[in-house]
Amino acid sequence: MTLLETIDLVKSFGGLTAVNKVNFQVEPGRIVSIIGPNGAGKTTLFNTLTGIYRPDQGDIRFNGRSLAGLRPDRIAARGIARTFQNIRLFGGMTVIENILIGMHVHLSQSPLEALLRLPGFRREEREAEQRAMALMRTVGLVGVGNELAANLPYGAQRRLEIARALAAEPLLLLLDEPAAGMNPQETEEMTRLFRTIRDERGVTILLIEHDMRVVMNISERICVMDYGEKIAEGTPAEIRADARVIEAYLGRGAVAGQHEERWR
Amino acid sequence: MRNRFGNLLWTRINTGILPYLLILAHIGLGSALVYSAPRSNLAFLVLISSLFSLYILEADRRFKLIVGAVLALLIIPVIGVRNIFYLEVIFQISVFAALALGLNIVVGFAGLLDLGYVAFYAVGAYLWAFFGSQQYFVLPFAPGTQPSDLPFLLPGDAFYLFLFLAIIVAAITGILLGSPVLRLRGDYLAIVTLGFGEVIRVLANNLDKPLNITNGPQGITPIQRPTMPDWAVDGFNSLFGPVIGHRVGPADMYNVLFYVLALAVILIIILVTRHLDDSKIGRAWTAIREDETAAIAMGIPLVRMKLAAFAVGASFAGVMGVLLAASRTFISPESFSFMQSIGVLAMVILGGSGSIAGVILGAAVVTLLNLQVLQGVSLYLSELRQSDAVIPLINFAWKDLSNQLDPAKYQRLLFGLILILMMIFRPAGLIPARRRMRTLAAEPPEAE
Repeated sequence: MTLLETIDLVKSFGGLTAVNKVNFQVEPGRIVSIIGPNGAGKTTLFNTLTGIYRPDQGDIRFNGRSLAGLRPDRIAARGIARTFQNIRLFGGMTVIENILIGMHVHLSQSPLEALLRLPGFRREEREAEQRAMALMRTVGLVGVGNELAANLPYGAQRRLEIARALAAEPLLLLLDEPAAGMNPQETEEMTRLFRTIRDERGVTILLIEHDMRVVMNISERICVMDYGEKIAEGTPAEIRADARVIEAYLGRGAVAGQHEERWR
Repeated sequence: MRNRFGNLLWTRINTGILPYLLILAHIGLGSALVYSAPRSNLAFLVLISSLFSLYILEADRRFKLIVGAVLALLIIPVIGVRNIFYLEVIFQISVFAALALGLNIVVGFAGLLDLGYVAFYAVGAYLWAFFGSQQYFVLPFAPGTQPSDLPFLLPGDAFYLFLFLAIIVAAITGILLGSPVLRLRGDYLAIVTLGFGEVIRVLANNLDKPLNITNGPQGITPIQRPTMPDWAVDGFNSLFGPVIGHRVGPADMYNVLFYVLALAVILIIILVTRHLDDSKIGRAWTAIREDETAAIAMGIPLVRMKLAAFAVGASFAGVMGVLLAASRTFISPESFSFMQSIGVLAMVILGGSGSIAGVILGAAVVTLLNLQVLQGVSLYLSELRQSDAVIPLINFAWKDLSNQLDPAKYQRLLFGLILILMMIFRPAGLIPARRRMRTLAAEPPEAE
C-alpha cells in the first residue's frame, strides 16, 4: 500500500503551471527525494500537499483518504508535518514552546481544564514537556530549552524545526531543503539524523534537496521535476544515468563526461 | 537593557530585608500623605505607585500577597471614603485595566489588531442598561415622551446575574463580529474591526425607533444598582469608623462596593489570562501572532483560535460594561466612541503588548495622566493665572498666560508624544512581555 499518492495533480498561478499533472507515490517507511532546478515546482508541490495551496485539478491520497481541498490544519492532523525552506520558527517563543506547538493536535486538554488547572491538565503538560526534552536530544539540541528560538544559531534553528515537526508524531515528514546553508560536517550529521528518524520512528520522509551528496546518499527513490512536470523517477543509480535529468540540469548537448563530475 | 551600574544598584536594592522595608516604607509614606492631605493629587500618586513597587521589588510571594490584600482591602477603602474622588479614579483604572487585559488577548497574544474593541464594552453596558432600567416599558415610546411612573423590569440584584450573562453575550458578539472578518489579515482586519466598532455605536445611537431599545443619543437612565444591605454599611462603619472620622452613608458605600467588585473582576481576569496563556490555547495564540503559516502547518485551526481570542477578549469587556452601567446609573453612545478603542489600545502598547502587569500599568498611567496629572497641572496654572506671581528673570506675569495653554486640552497631543517616544526608546512597552522560563529537569539518564 502506498502512503502518499498524487494523481494528475495540477496547480497553476495565472498563466504559469507550477505543478503540471504530477503523478507519484511514496511507499511507507521510505526516504524519497524530489530534485530539480530552481523554479521546477518542488516547493509548490509541498505547499499543495500540505494544503497551503488548493490543487486546481487532480487528487492527493494520503493513507487511503483524499486530502484535496482540506485545510492545512486538518492535513497536519492527518499526519503530515513539514519544515520550511526559509526557516519559519516561532521566534518569540522558547525552544520548548516551539516543540509544544508541534504537539498541539495531540494535547487533549480542554479550556476548562486549563483554566482550573485540573490534575489531568498538569500531568499532560508535564508529560508534554518531557517529550519535548526527549525530542531536543533526538535532534541534538541540548540545554537551550528556555532560549528564544530566534536567538539560536542557524544550524540549531534547522534542527529545532525538525524537532517541532516530529512533535506532531507524523506519518510523513516533508523537509524543504533541510541541508541548505550547512557545512559538510553539519550536512553529514543531518543525513544521519534523517536515517535515525526513519529507522527508529518509522517516519516516512519526503525531502526537497539541492545538495546532491545528501540526495544520492540517503534517498531510496528520487523524483525529478522540471518546469512543473515530473521528468524522471527511480533509484539514485537510475537517476544518475537518465538522459532527461542531465539535460534538465546541464542543458542540451552536455557531454557524458561532464555530468559524472557533478553527480559525485 | 539596564546598564551595569543599574544592575548593581538593582541587586543591592533586592538583597536581604531591604526590599521588604522599601515596600512598607512606600506604602506607609503614601498612606500617611494621603491621610494628612486627603485632597492632594501628589499624595495619592505616591500611594497608588506603591502597588508598582510592590510588584517590581523582589520579595517573598506570600508577603506580597498579604501586603497587597491589606493595601487593597483596608488602606484604599478607608482613604477612598475620605475622598471619594480617589475611589472613582481607582475604579476607572480597574475598568480600563480590564479592558486593556481583554484587548491584550486579541492584540498582544493573538496579534490581531482590533480597532473596534469598545463595541463589546458597549454590548455589556447596554445589556444591563436595558434590563436593569425601565427601558423595557419605554419600548413603544419615542425618547422623551414616556410617562414618568414606569416600573423597573428586574430587581437591582439581578445585576449579579447579568455580570455572568454579559460574559456569554459579549463572547457571542465577539464570535459574530469576528467570524466574517478574521479571514483578513493585518491592516484589513484593523479597518474592518474599526467599522464594526462604529456600527455598534451607531446602532446604539439610532435604535430608538421603531422600537425604543437604546433611547438614542440621550442614553438610558436611571439604571439600577444592586441593593446595598444595611449590614454592609453598618459593618463598614463600625470597622473603620474611628479612622475615617465620620459616618459613611450608603451613597459612598456604593463607591466602595463597585471598587471591590471591579477588583474581584480584575483578579479573576488576571487568573484566566495567566492560565490560558500557559496552556495549549495561549501557545496557539502566540504561534498565530508569530507566524500564521507555520502555525496552521502545525495543525492549529486558525479561525477557531482567533475566534476564541475574540470571544475571551470580548467577555472581559462585557463584564466591565455591566459594572460601568450600574456604577454610573447612566450610559449613552458617547461613552463608546472610536477614541475609547484607541485609548485602550494605547494602554496596551504603552504598558507592553502581551504582558499582564504591563497593560495594567499602562491603564493606570494613562488614566492617572488623564484624571489627575493633567487636570492637576491645569488647576495649578489657573491658580497662578489668578495670582500676582511673576516668573523671575524673564519678568513674565502669570496672569498674562494665555487661556489656551491648558494641559487638560492637550491630552491627545501628549498621548501621541508619549507613544512616539515609547516606540523609539522602549518599543516593547513599560514592562515588556517575557516568556515563561521552565524549570527543565537536568538531563535525565539516557533512555534505553
